[in-house]
Amino acid sequence: MAVRTLTINDKLVSSPEGATILQAARENGIDIPTLCQLDGLSTVGACRLCLVEVGPAGRLQAACVTQVAEEMVVRTETPKLREYRRMIIELLLTERNHVCSVCVANHHCELQDLAVKLGVDHVRFEYLHPHLPVDVSHELFGIDHNRCILCTRCVRICDEIEGVHTWDVSGRGTNARIISDLNQPWGDSPTCTSCGKCVQACPTGAVFRQGSTVAEMEKDRQRLRFLLTAREKREWLV
Amino acid sequence: MARLRLATVWLGGCSGCHMSFLDMDEWLIELARWANIVYSPFVDAKEFPENVDATLVEGAVANEDHLQLARQIRQRSRWVISFGDCAVTGNVTAMRNCFGGAHEVLDRGYIQLATHNPGWPSDPGHLPILLDRVTPLHEAIPVDFFIPGCPPPAPRIRQVLSALIEGKQPHLEGDDIRFG
Repeated sequence: MAVRTLTINDKLVSSPEGATILQAARENGIDIPTLCQLDGLSTVGACRLCLVEVGPAGRLQAACVTQVAEEMVVRTETPKLREYRRMIIELLLTERNHVCSVCVANHHCELQDLAVKLGVDHVRFEYLHPHLPVDVSHELFGIDHNRCILCTRCVRICDEIEGVHTWDVSGRGTNARIISDLNQPWGDSPTCTSCGKCVQACPTGAVFRQGSTVAEMEKDRQRLRFLLTAREKREWLV
Repeated sequence: MARLRLATVWLGGCSGCHMSFLDMDEWLIELARWANIVYSPFVDAKEFPENVDATLVEGAVANEDHLQLARQIRQRSRWVISFGDCAVTGNVTAMRNCFGGAHEVLDRGYIQLATHNPGWPSDPGHLPILLDRVTPLHEAIPVDFFIPGCPPPAPRIRQVLSALIEGKQPHLEGDDIRFG
């Protein structure tokens, strides 16, 4: 396999051809914040948190979907990137109703963790406070659109790992919504296998187990890691 | 060193932040050595005084009394500090915004969901008028510092007050800025 040599934060690194900047950075111990990205799923570049500056002009590219190239120069930590990442988190917090104190995922939430990491101690933009439904028609799980950030992890894991594609996205912009099948209640879905992978994949409290109350929705990401190892290495490690 | 003139205010919140303030336990005795509490739900002063060094404001801005008091606080305080998630983000107090303006919210609470005597509360001059939209404090007035948390744990509050007593700029980071 051909190897590409590039510079990340003034450090020379090499990475296999076809790898993304995110993969190259992680292999070299360089942390880039991500939210929509989940190991084992396709990448969509939806959240833009992994923006990095590429080339002398500092062109902004999403690290998760940009392939490495020979002599590429990448910066992952600049004042501009820090400001944009913080702004992305703030905008996500204004777009829906993320009320951490009464959320099932309080203290187990990737959005909340990133707000902490990126120094979001308040939000500088106006909250939109949209009126959104909570669908608890499924006997085991529920989906609370107030907490959804449209990362589409649930859509991708259902389609790519479970092979079902119960979930999809309807609408555009701030009207976009995660829907089950033909925009019907989750409980009426003829395709959902109740596998619960979407519950594990969701970074926030949007997809949850019924009966979880505030701060109880801990994710078991090891389950996803197990599936990934089984698929890629044919090893079923219990 | 002059004693810190400290105020705490309770706007649209549940008073949980003030309970957490009391959770500083014996450090309150220490605080009393360095600060005068000049206005607070704890001390029963009627008028918000002039020349306050620092004011901790709990709660979101939800009615006209809150808005008026917030403006007075800003004029009379050197430091205004958003104290807890309701002041910082709107939090639970702002959840009513999803239902629409004050009219829709009162209608839902006192008419649609009422089982006995449906009707709007009316006591002019006593009940403050609800604002159409609940906002975090910093949408109403400029705020100098933020203490997130629902409620902020006592050590977090202590950290900020200690800095103010020492005349330093308070600083919170890492888990100390976590919402919720």
